[in-house]
Amino acid sequence: MAIYDSRRRRNRVAKVMAVGATVFGLAWLVLILAVLLWEGFSGLSLAVFTQMTPPPGSAGGLLNPIVGSLIMTVIAVAIGTPLGILAGTYMAEYGRYDKLTIVVRFINDILLSAPSIVIGLFIYEVMVAQMGHFSGWAGAMALAVIVVPVVVRTTEDMLILVPDTLREAAASIGLPRSLMIRRVAYRAARAGMVTGVLLAVARISGETAPLLFTALNNQFWSLNLNAPVASLPVVIFQFALSPYSDWQKLAWTGALIITLAVLALSIIARTLAAQRKSS
Amino acid sequence: MVDVALESGSAIAVGAQADRAKALQRLRIGDIVFRNITRAAAIIVLLILGGIILSLIQGAAPALHKFGFGFLTSQAWNPVTEKFGALAPIYGTLVTSLIAMLIAVPVGLFIAMFLTELCPMWLRRPIGIAIELLAGIPSIIYGIWGLFVFAPFLQQHVQPAIIAVFGDIPILSDLFAGPPYGIGVFTAGLILAIMVLPFITSISRDVFEAVPPVLKEAAYGLGCTTWEVSRHVVLPFTRVGVIGGVMLGLGRALGETMAVTFVIGNAHRISPSLLAPGTTISATIANEFTEAVGDLYTSSLIALGLILFVITFIVLAAARLMLMRLNARVGR
Repeated sequence: MAIYDSRRRRNRVAKVMAVGATVFGLAWLVLILAVLLWEGFSGLSLAVFTQMTPPPGSAGGLLNPIVGSLIMTVIAVAIGTPLGILAGTYMAEYGRYDKLTIVVRFINDILLSAPSIVIGLFIYEVMVAQMGHFSGWAGAMALAVIVVPVVVRTTEDMLILVPDTLREAAASIGLPRSLMIRRVAYRAARAGMVTGVLLAVARISGETAPLLFTALNNQFWSLNLNAPVASLPVVIFQFALSPYSDWQKLAWTGALIITLAVLALSIIARTLAAQRKSS
Repeated sequence: MVDVALESGSAIAVGAQADRAKALQRLRIGDIVFRNITRAAAIIVLLILGGIILSLIQGAAPALHKFGFGFLTSQAWNPVTEKFGALAPIYGTLVTSLIAMLIAVPVGLFIAMFLTELCPMWLRRPIGIAIELLAGIPSIIYGIWGLFVFAPFLQQHVQPAIIAVFGDIPILSDLFAGPPYGIGVFTAGLILAIMVLPFITSISRDVFEAVPPVLKEAAYGLGCTTWEVSRHVVLPFTRVGVIGGVMLGLGRALGETMAVTFVIGNAHRISPSLLAPGTTISATIANEFTEAVGDLYTSSLIALGLILFVITFIVLAAARLMLMRLNARVGR
């Protein structure tokens, strides 16, 4: 009987540990979001979206970093998405069993998790050091390098899910392969590919490390992409580590804005993906 | 009359045929162009990786040339005398990641076990999504939260207790020696643990779910408990996948920058105590790169980046190879 008891006891301990671990994991999510809402909401006002970043000791907002982040994100997506979709298309449609595809898939998966600060160093070496100054273009390029692997991955995955019968039907009525891909395969995989782009946007909108020494930061209103451009994550970094309490307050508000944006994007992406599955 | 009609008829036919041929030709060219564009895009992905490696090597060359192999083994970090060594950041990177893995791996596996064996069906999706949301939170949020909320909490409530408890035990008293700073290697490791938890959890859950039900049912049929099934049937069967997931999480932990930068304290020394401030490769680069004066300083920081990239590349490549092997097995 003793052995049964000890087995049962051990099982009970393990179950408690499993439940405990889950509670532990969820507790962090709740804790982080609660603090963020608490600290961030109190600073949230219209001024945050209409005024520039202030010098320490005076009131201000986050307009220039928000706009800077938006611009660089849009450029990064505009550069990274077509490249990623085309590469994913090759891997799923033309060279599904090629050696090249296997190598690209492997390298792409590594790029997907490569430390983003290294990508910042890369763009610094290739663009900033060559041009001699920090710039918004360099920041956008660094973000684009992060977008590409995300889009490649989802595009390939989604195109592979498209049933071959669709392709065969298109081919049987005489559609050449490139048209078949663009008119049939892309359409069938559209929801999934949009999900991929949304996930990429969510990923780069919080990225700080690659912007630190590419786009740098800018205290003032500037739309010149050949000059340093402010971005929300970098401003949060600078303000949070500053000794001024009103800067820290703005950092929390900025953190709340980023988190809400990122969570909204990933929830939209998830719903899109779920719709696809159910249809 | 007849002749003319015939001639014009065949002329039309010939014209249509020429149009047809031209259209086909155009489509064929379009096909070739599109194929080559996609192929070029795929090759660009390879070029990005090549570009990263080459540019890092080029940027790191002056420092590596000056310090040679000693760069890896020297603890010096002195911008004034221009003496640089990577040992302290490498140590910090490895130790924080180790702490993170020691916590996140068991917790992640237990969560995966809960989600696949114990959790009621209707709760599985919401809990799974909530855990994955942890991965979606940008790392700078972890940083600001760690600096203002978590580190002060540890400093006031947790670290004094740890120091008191381990104070009399020989080795542990050195590992957890005071004073409680709040920020430091230990805090950074804890935050990294929270950050990599979702990666380990979601991959383990996926591979746990792929275990054929027959295997589990057979074990339950023999009278095994839930724990015994998980430990002796599910885990051995999914070993490769779990290790792959763990390595993936490790790759993340090694390269994580912002969250660590906030809470590590940026001190270029190797302290025996885990509670003391330290630094990691990524935190050093993030903190000092824009302020680095002089080519040798910049180059040393890029050399740090190169070391980080090499380490994470090896870890991530190993992780992918394991997961690929697993997929091949499942496919068969």
